[in-house]
Amino acid sequence: MATAKDRAQASAGSGLNDDIGEAKRLELYRTQVVIREAEQRAFDLFLQNLVKGTSHLSLGQEAVAAGFAGAMKPGDLSFCTYRGHAHTLARGVSVEKVLGELMQRDNGLMRGKGGSMHLTSAEHGVMGSYAIIGAHLPIACGAAWRAQYKGAKDVSVCFFGDGTTNIGAFHEALNFAAVWKLPVIFVCENNLYMEYTPIGDVTAVPHPAGDRAASYGLERVIVDGNDADVVYRTAQAAFDKARAGGGPSLIECLTYRHSGHSRADPAKYRPEGELERWKERDPIKIYKERLKQFGIAENVINDIDTDVKRVVDDATEACKAAPVPPVDILTTDVYADGGWAWRN
Amino acid sequence: MAELTYRDAVIRGIAQEMERDPDVVFLGEDVAKAGGVFKATVGLFEQFGPLRVRDTPISEQAIMGAAMGAAMTGLKPIAEIMFSDFFAVCFDYIANEFPKSRYMSNGQLKCPLVVRTGNGAGSRFGAQHSQSVENWCMMIPGLKVVAPSSPRDVIGLLAAAVRDPDPVIFFEHKSLYATKGEVPDGEIVDQLGTAKILRPGTDATILALALMVPRALAAAEKLQAEHGINAEVVDVRSLVPLDTQTILGSVARTHRLFTVEENPRLCGWGAEIVSIVADEAFYDLDGPPVRITTPHIPLPAADNLEDIVLPTVDRIVETVRRSLGS
Ligand SMILES: Cc1ncc(C[n+]2csc(CCOP(=O)(O)OP(=O)(O)O)c2C)c(N)n1
Ligand SMILES: [Mg+2]
Repeated sequence: MATAKDRAQASAGSGLNDDIGEAKRLELYRTQVVIREAEQRAFDLFLQNLVKGTSHLSLGQEAVAAGFAGAMKPGDLSFCTYRGHAHTLARGVSVEKVLGELMQRDNGLMRGKGGSMHLTSAEHGVMGSYAIIGAHLPIACGAAWRAQYKGAKDVSVCFFGDGTTNIGAFHEALNFAAVWKLPVIFVCENNLYMEYTPIGDVTAVPHPAGDRAASYGLERVIVDGNDADVVYRTAQAAFDKARAGGGPSLIECLTYRHSGHSRADPAKYRPEGELERWKERDPIKIYKERLKQFGIAENVINDIDTDVKRVVDDATEACKAAPVPPVDILTTDVYADGGWAWRN
Repeated sequence: MAELTYRDAVIRGIAQEMERDPDVVFLGEDVAKAGGVFKATVGLFEQFGPLRVRDTPISEQAIMGAAMGAAMTGLKPIAEIMFSDFFAVCFDYIANEFPKSRYMSNGQLKCPLVVRTGNGAGSRFGAQHSQSVENWCMMIPGLKVVAPSSPRDVIGLLAAAVRDPDPVIFFEHKSLYATKGEVPDGEIVDQLGTAKILRPGTDATILALALMVPRALAAAEKLQAEHGINAEVVDVRSLVPLDTQTILGSVARTHRLFTVEENPRLCGWGAEIVSIVADEAFYDLDGPPVRITTPHIPLPAADNLEDIVLPTVDRIVETVRRSLGS
């Protein structure tokens, strides 16, 4: 079996009908544009005070979400962080449901009961977005354990940031997954910062995930997280390994967030020129070039852009028109009987 | 009918549920090949095999998280946390993850799991291996919390917990493992959210949980024999859901309320019950409700100190007698 690195390196220079192919490429492009437009809209709506609470955008990190979702099969499970809008959209959840939740309207994914940090769509395999750093790595292990126990072929994928590699649950989950040989893929989106502190200032090794893989007997996989083709191929290799019973993978995707950590953060701590340098490697710019390289007509690309803008505009209008959640859902679904009774 | 230890009841309870449902799986530290540090899981590994009874690394967060992920996606895991004191290193799952996923997801996610744990004092283990932490869990919306006092209740409440669709924290008392009780043959399934009147009485209601139940019963006998006080003893059994009706009903008959709590005093479970009774049954009371608790101190290791720090039979007798003015 090709290693993730082999497959990633095989990307450059292949022809139009290479292992990825036109249909998948257009899908990867569209997913990235959906995330870009929806996240940009979320930011605009925040400025209009229509997005309440907090929100953590993935502008600049779209290729990771698109590449992994593109390699998933129906039934595969995604476990996200508070920075999970991208992964939720990438699994096919509608822009309206995501924006509705950010705007805390009744049409939101969880009708406003979860909010921006907890996007969940079980029917799409999005098994929750978790806002306590590291908590979902062990949870993803459990879902993978169930697959292993049941002989099911689905794989659990757990997305998290560079900062998350320094919390205890990371270590517990990685060791646990390796010892139990679980079909789980840990995806570290290294965007160089925890909240405001550069990851290098607080981490003993240069590559927070990759350099620790050996501790768990895992391969060191560090890839360009701004190139959806690279991410897609890397993901495929990890899925193949997991489905074949080969156990977990830990993949570090190098990327960068264009916006601040959360909506309130102007990201003044970044050195001058850093954002601009990374914007030259904007994943959508890279991918547009890739499509052109493969001879995909400009109008096909433009049609995707136009269509996505329309989808996001329509979703925005639907969310603005949607009512706030009714008060009667306040006490539903605390317990499995649908209610909140703790006494007789 | 057979006489069984509390410890063997744990084994029988788990086995009963694993036999019934192949989706019931069990994980924890030293629980499989070694049979558990309290020997409360001996034989399960041999009976159900390495896929269903699994030893884990010393990773409480991984144990809890894995149980949750498995529960969310279709299994019915039983996770063991060796000592309940260790809840402190995996409290995120207890406080933030298990109980909130259903609500935050607007009902999309489920979390049907059981966490079993060795709770309570009496083993001279000191402040980090002896605590009664049921009140840490009781305060969290979304959890259910039970603490059996007898072998029969261990089996029945464990079965109810495993079959329950919500996350249940199941407190086993370390000092009860060696105690014995009559247990009927065949399947036993109890009901969460039900208290049990173990000794009917007319003069005072004594509420107790886990290890405090046998002490409350012994105290009631002494109160009767030595002071002519006929106390009713209620085993609360389930803190969430709470069987408020049985408690209020008892207070309505006896007009006096005493709680016997092993947890340290501040925010112990009895405080909540006293507040419910004050709200809803104030005029049933002939005197102030009285809480008999461990004081607000860490637990000492030395046997003579540990023995006096928990509510004792004599302290219960003395407190009730003095309050009733006899
Ligand atoms: C246990 C815990 N500690 C701290 C926080 C506060 N916090 C939220 S996001 C964040 C930074 C996480 O950085 P990283 O893992 O790199 O993810 P990124 O935000 O860059 O995607 C911190 C410290 C938290 N949510 N949970
Ligand atoms: Mg980061």
